[in-house]
Amino acid sequence: MLYYLIPSLIMFCCGVYGFITRRNMIAMLISLELMLNAVDINFVVFNRYLHPEAMEGMMFTLFAIAIAAAETALAIAIIINLFRVAKDIDVKDITKLKF
Amino acid sequence: MESSIASILCYIAIAVTIVVCSVLAVTSRKILRAATYLLFTLFAAAAMYFQLDYEFLGAVQIAVYAGGIVVLFVFAILLTSHPGDNTARLESKKRIVGLIAAIAMLGVTGWALVSRCVEAVALPAMENPDMHTIGTTLMGTGHGEYLLPFEAVSVLLLACIIGGVVVARKR
Repeated sequence: MLYYLIPSLIMFCCGVYGFITRRNMIAMLISLELMLNAVDINFVVFNRYLHPEAMEGMMFTLFAIAIAAAETALAIAIIINLFRVAKDIDVKDITKLKF
Repeated sequence: MESSIASILCYIAIAVTIVVCSVLAVTSRKILRAATYLLFTLFAAAAMYFQLDYEFLGAVQIAVYAGGIVVLFVFAILLTSHPGDNTARLESKKRIVGLIAAIAMLGVTGWALVSRCVEAVALPAMENPDMHTIGTTLMGTGHGEYLLPFEAVSVLLLACIIGGVVVARKR
């Protein structure tokens, strides 16, 4: 079980690193996807090893994939709209919502 | 899944792909390359689902993530940046903060995992959940069945469609 959890842990930490250091909004979104995917893997591995007769982890992963798809589509719509307004998608330059 | 040589080799290939491609996805300076490495990471995750006998989940992962989300990413990247652009080099303070956060998390969680899961749990036998079981679990109203979340997700997707149209339309 450990052998499956370690790659997913490394994937999650990569997501954290990318989310902190990246300045481009799409790159931040890519890091977010990495983190979500690592969590999905954890759900599946725990379900498979600890409760192979149940399907909870699998269903959680299914719904998480659906929600991640919805969230990404909406985030990309927002990013494209921001690009139209600000001509840039660097988070340093998106300061119009500050007051 | 018996632990034959083939499955161990499969596992090593999947693990190496996940680690290498996810590191490259967050460190690559060309954003389109980062999206491509993300695609490979998602494929490796799907392969991991296949290896753990969740074939439906692997198929969903490939269809939704690799087929849908990565295409969305590529479209968004091509719409918002000039291909060939490098992102600006990171200032070292930011990078150090990120590295500290990631490595601290890796250390703490890895230590907890290794100290808790030393005894190797053998992979228990499980027959692959067939489509009939998945369907009745998804659409049933009994104990451990998921009709209400299913409907909630459908409402969420509708809200997402409407929101996407409203946000992205030209004024």
